[in-house]
Amino acid sequence: MEDDAPVIYGLEFQARALTPQTAETDAIRFLVGTQSLKYDNQIHVIDFDDENNIINKNVLLHQAGEIWHISASPADKGVLATCYNKTADSKVVTCAAVWRMPAELEPGGQESPEDATSPAHALELLCHLEPAARGSTACVTWEPAGDGKRVISLADNHILLWDLQESSSQAMLASSASLEGKGQLKFTTGRWSPHHNCSQVATANDTAIRGWDTRTMRVWNVRYNHSHDQLVLTGSSDSRVILSNMVSISSEPFGHLVDDDDLSDQEERRLEEKSQEPPQDSVIATYEEHEDSVYAVDWSSADPWLFASLSYDGRLVINRVPRALKYHILL
Amino acid sequence: MKNDFRKMEDEMDRLATNMAVITDFSARISATLQDRHERITKLAGVHALLRKLQFLFELPSRLTKCVELGAYGQAVRYQGRARAVLQQYQHLPSFRAIQDDCQVITARLAQQLRQRFREGGSGAPEQAECVELLLALGEPAEELCEEFLAHARGRLEEELRSLEAELGPSPPAPDVLEFTDHGGSGFVGGLCQVAAAYQELFAAQGPAGAEKLAAFARELGSRYFALVERRLAQEQGGGDNSLLVRALDRFHRRLRAPGALLAAAGLAEAATDIVERVARERLGHHLQGLQAAFLGSLTDVRQALAAPRIAGKEGPGLAELLANVASSILSHIKASLASVHLFTAKEVSFSNKPYFRGEFCSQGVRESLIVGFIRSMCQTAQSFCDSPGEKGGATPPALLLLLSRLCLDYETATISYILTLTDEQFLVQDQSPVTPVSTLCAEARETARRLLTHYVKVQGLVISQMLRKSVETRDWLSTLEPRNVRAVMKRVVEDTTAIDVQVGLLYEEGVRKAQSSDSSKRTFSVYSSSRQQGRYAPSYTPSAPMDTNLLSNIQKLFSERIDVFSPVEFNKVSVLTGIIKISLKTLLECVRLRTFGRFGLQQVQVDCHFLQLYLWRFVADEELVHLLLDEVVASAALRCPDPVPMEPSVVEVICERG
Repeated sequence: MEDDAPVIYGLEFQARALTPQTAETDAIRFLVGTQSLKYDNQIHVIDFDDENNIINKNVLLHQAGEIWHISASPADKGVLATCYNKTADSKVVTCAAVWRMPAELEPGGQESPEDATSPAHALELLCHLEPAARGSTACVTWEPAGDGKRVISLADNHILLWDLQESSSQAMLASSASLEGKGQLKFTTGRWSPHHNCSQVATANDTAIRGWDTRTMRVWNVRYNHSHDQLVLTGSSDSRVILSNMVSISSEPFGHLVDDDDLSDQEERRLEEKSQEPPQDSVIATYEEHEDSVYAVDWSSADPWLFASLSYDGRLVINRVPRALKYHILL
Repeated sequence: MKNDFRKMEDEMDRLATNMAVITDFSARISATLQDRHERITKLAGVHALLRKLQFLFELPSRLTKCVELGAYGQAVRYQGRARAVLQQYQHLPSFRAIQDDCQVITARLAQQLRQRFREGGSGAPEQAECVELLLALGEPAEELCEEFLAHARGRLEEELRSLEAELGPSPPAPDVLEFTDHGGSGFVGGLCQVAAAYQELFAAQGPAGAEKLAAFARELGSRYFALVERRLAQEQGGGDNSLLVRALDRFHRRLRAPGALLAAAGLAEAATDIVERVARERLGHHLQGLQAAFLGSLTDVRQALAAPRIAGKEGPGLAELLANVASSILSHIKASLASVHLFTAKEVSFSNKPYFRGEFCSQGVRESLIVGFIRSMCQTAQSFCDSPGEKGGATPPALLLLLSRLCLDYETATISYILTLTDEQFLVQDQSPVTPVSTLCAEARETARRLLTHYVKVQGLVISQMLRKSVETRDWLSTLEPRNVRAVMKRVVEDTTAIDVQVGLLYEEGVRKAQSSDSSKRTFSVYSSSRQQGRYAPSYTPSAPMDTNLLSNIQKLFSERIDVFSPVEFNKVSVLTGIIKISLKTLLECVRLRTFGRFGLQQVQVDCHFLQLYLWRFVADEELVHLLLDEVVASAALRCPDPVPMEPSVVEVICERG
């Protein structure tokens, strides 16, 4: 019973960016990036010990600017990418860069009371992902199954595919495509799908979801593989996190994403499940531990039943899928 | 006296002796005449015999003469009288000759009779006579049956053909009443006559004969019914059923007589079936009519809403449009009920059949027509909620509001009124399940709720878009010191006021929390008191400085969390609260996505104060507006690297001026 209780961790700054440390499959780790204009920004490495329900953390400096988006490499535990804001003579630009975490980082076990004395570790910049048109990069997503060499960044209305070479210290633009349409279209977020041999990327811009084929960079409309029973997490600005079972994603993808979305900044994550299909789409559980809008939710890459959610006031909540449902799906 | 008696006695004696004498004489005479008596009797007998023989000898010639004269009846009578005798004495050659002659003539007679029979045009009684005579002549009965029926068939088929001709496209097609009259009198009357005659004539045939008649009747009857159905199917007709009902009534009545005569042929049941089918169809037709009327009135409303306003002349208000729609639907329903009621009128011959007494009333009228219509109304209304929200393409919000009020009124009063009316007019006499009033009311309420929620979403979206564009397109970093409130905020207030007026036309005010006296003068106490510049020290510890963040979080703990999509009640204040919540939340989210310069922050401050001055009066709880606007300003402050708030008094001055 106590296993299902949520665990809460607070950052003292606003935060929007959350990702699991994707390459780490033994320990449950999340990376959270802060968004503060006054103080130096940080990345907190949260290690969750699920035996004892304890959180250990490490803090890394990210002085380049406030973090809007963070994502971790699926191959190398120490590599991550962030999109951050840089203010330069009254113009704000969102840039993207790839970083490496210091290797001597030892998460867990260290709970020194005087944290002010321990030196904050700094991130090592590997390379920038500069789009040629100097637009704002909204999101960076890694190719899920590869060796961490390929990255997609979404800048304004362009989708850019990068090749990282020489242990990620250089980035070469492999191909790019843009979104056609009227008005000023901007990508808001995107995700590289782990299915379909990692050739498809889903992007969202305002009210539409599109799928892209990375081999040819053409667009098709979104259709999702029906054979996976998928648990879907959504976090929204009414401070709730909803866990639902979406069976019929192919008929209406993201049905709950595109309604009134000018006021909810929802993002979605998907999880592969065993192929037992319950009869209907349904909401499994609603989590109401947040007091402010939830801007990020993500599944852990180590434990498929655990997820974290991050709200604007800096609260990180770690929760689990209800045990009844977990056994129902497994058995 | 004694003398008189003595005289009488004498006289009596004398009488007695006279009588004796007379008796004596009488006996002597009888004896004398006895002989003559016998001889005369014998002569009389012989005379009679001779007369019969004479008759027999003359029979052929007489028969011939009869045949020539056409007095068939007489001929048959003669023949009948003579037959037995001839049969008995046919071994005598002379009789044999006579018999042969007679037979020849009789055969000729029969042939002639048949000829007359076949010619047909002579009409039924004469034919019946022919048949009778033929039967008397000893013709085989089955043949006669067959011929009789074949003949009747010919006549009846002619009737059918003439009926069919009326169905054809050649104008002018007579109306249904005339058609059924024609059919009734022509075909059915003929059938009756045939049946009656047959039964009379061939009663002796027993069940085999009756079977033939039944088969005959069934076959021709089914053709007749097919024609009738075709004609009835042509009755697309308007709402008026009176002609149709009368026609059906006549049709049904006419078939009672043959139905009784020919019970085995099942004519009456087939007729009832046809009437039932027609009734069902009419119900379906009425339902479609009601649905079309509803859609028509909605289109009228849309046109009225979209019509350009002529200056100086007010268009019809929402309340008026609503009243029009409601009354038009109600009148259509009443008209349909009245029209369908004709089917169950007392005078109508089929109205006491079990179908009409039971199933027609409960399933047909109440369930399919009335309940079905109300349900389809709810569904049509709900479909306005589900239409894909292409911006500017779909339904006008006023229509949503009107429909939701209509459904709400239906739930409170109209549904029970209509169903009571229906139940009064159509007394339900069978046990089939009917939808209770409460179920329908619940459905109507649900529809009203969905429509109202959708309205709130749509209107909220409109205002949110304005706010969003205003935040996204402005360069907040290099903006100048604010001198007045931005125009978009004024527009937001105007639009909100317009929506308030629009909703107020149809819905009641609702309950608002009591306002404190200085509600419009409230300043941002949270912001101004705790926005101290904390120690600028990079610290990574959880023991954070007393930051604005922490204070506002504490503040949030003590106030209720605001639920943006809470269910909307059926009053104006709740609707407006929903819309304002959505709009302000959008503003908050958009503000959090930008970075503000110092004057940008001040402009946000001014704008929020202006909104607060005017929006509090629309919501149920003005604390809500305060909280949300506080959040907006706080978030803007967090997004500002150099936050320097404006003095509250200056803010007020700008707002009052603007």
